[in-house]
Amino acid sequence: MPALAFDTAHLLAGGLVLVSFILLYQDRLSSLLTIYALHATLLAGSVAWQAEVQNAPHLYVTAAIALGFKAIVIPVSLRHIVIRLGIHREIENVVGTGLTMLGGMGLVALSMVVMLKAAAMADPLAREDLAFALAVVLLGLLLMVTRRNAVSQVVGFMSLENGLVLAATGAKGMPLVVEISVAFSILIAFIVIGIFLFRIRERFDTVDVQALDRFRGELR
Amino acid sequence: MALAIDLAIQGAQMALVLLLAPLLTGIVRKAKARLQRRRGASILQPYRDLARLLRKDVVLAENASWLFRVAPYLVFAANWVAAALVPSFATGLTFSWSADLIAIIALLGSGRFFLALAGMDVGTSFGGIGASREMLIASLAEPAMLMIVFTLALIAGSTQLSSVAAFMVSSGVGLRVSLGLALAALVMVAIAENARIPIDNPATHLELTMVHEAMVLEYSGRHLAMLELAASVKLLLYISLIACIFVPWGLAPLGAPAAALGIGLASYGAKLLCGGVLLAFFETTIAKMRVFRVPDFLGAALMLGLLGTLLRFVSRSF
Repeated sequence: MPALAFDTAHLLAGGLVLVSFILLYQDRLSSLLTIYALHATLLAGSVAWQAEVQNAPHLYVTAAIALGFKAIVIPVSLRHIVIRLGIHREIENVVGTGLTMLGGMGLVALSMVVMLKAAAMADPLAREDLAFALAVVLLGLLLMVTRRNAVSQVVGFMSLENGLVLAATGAKGMPLVVEISVAFSILIAFIVIGIFLFRIRERFDTVDVQALDRFRGELR
Repeated sequence: MALAIDLAIQGAQMALVLLLAPLLTGIVRKAKARLQRRRGASILQPYRDLARLLRKDVVLAENASWLFRVAPYLVFAANWVAAALVPSFATGLTFSWSADLIAIIALLGSGRFFLALAGMDVGTSFGGIGASREMLIASLAEPAMLMIVFTLALIAGSTQLSSVAAFMVSSGVGLRVSLGLALAALVMVAIAENARIPIDNPATHLELTMVHEAMVLEYSGRHLAMLELAASVKLLLYISLIACIFVPWGLAPLGAPAAALGIGLASYGAKLLCGGVLLAFFETTIAKMRVFRVPDFLGAALMLGLLGTLLRFVSRSF
């Protein structure tokens, strides 16, 4: 039975890494948002499984928050924003997908190496969750770096936060208060970003963040 | 006596893959036609096509070299041997020591090499385009295939198909992320290698998109029959490879009684039918890709294979 528990946790966390790669591969905003919803759903599944394995009922609350806010509310409202901004048909491609994928592979390998070395003494379940979580965080950062569109950067930020939650649930004894406050700060950040998106759009007629560079005089 | 029986079973396997290959192609075509609400040709149509082609004369270009004439037989022989090595209904056959995944890749690779040479031999522009595109696809699909083989070999501890299949049936496998990734990557490679729809359309002669058809455009008569049969055998090979590695249930072990062999045969037929119908379903739901997007598609397969290998290292037991 412990083998099955381990394998399922491994499968869910590995699936999260895989979906992070799918996020990197998408070049249309609407499909990016759909895949992000899948990312959050998988996170909810992974957290719920950890709650079951660790016998920690408060993690179910975290899973419910992930499912409710991140898999439903945020993608739906982001889609709403994207449609109102009129950019839901846009295709963006800054760095080629091939290069991005290779960079992503490097990051995954890096996080495996770091975690297997750094947490060699830890419980294997927690260690592997940490390795996967670090990979998801790094892939989220990569997504933010390689995109120019502000909405895709928001999606990168949100997927990075999913990685943080994965890391937090892998470690035993994370208090519920911290979880809830993190979830709410993410929600506040999301609202602020949403407002900023419209402000940027009003000012520059685009959500391409290169316009900001040009405005600051960094790029002529 | 035992050796004679073993040889007979091995011979039966070789004959089986050859006989079933056109039927599989027929099933895929029929299923696609039904999904598109057409009636479609009979599933025996590929046999009739082959018989018709074998009866016809060969028309050769004036400047065709000897290579152009022998290439169809070389391609067919390489594919047939490779397909006969993959365990279809029984493992541990007489020649299963040579049924190594890397050997099978090498056989398929040499077949592809001769086909590309033959495509360029006559000097028509289509043959050249087809050959260069085929090499583009192959140069991306082969590393992906090798990554998949590494993943499987690391997990099963062998590259021999019989041992891999035996390991997959045993309970030591469990639920593994790496295997799922390898399956997805193998399906993508199989689609690319068999020139199926997102990469190439097997039923088109449109100049802009054809890859495989462009290479065999100059062939006719029995040469074309050999190439068509080789393509069917390759499709069968990939479906049996996926079936043998990922759904090995029903495979008869070494020296099994006749009943087990019968079960193996029946389950093999069921797996082929499932594979063919799933392929037809996939091809109907997806649109053909631009040639320039093929590297993205195969790059994703390579990435999945690499990720599978990496994730293997954080798996439970190593």
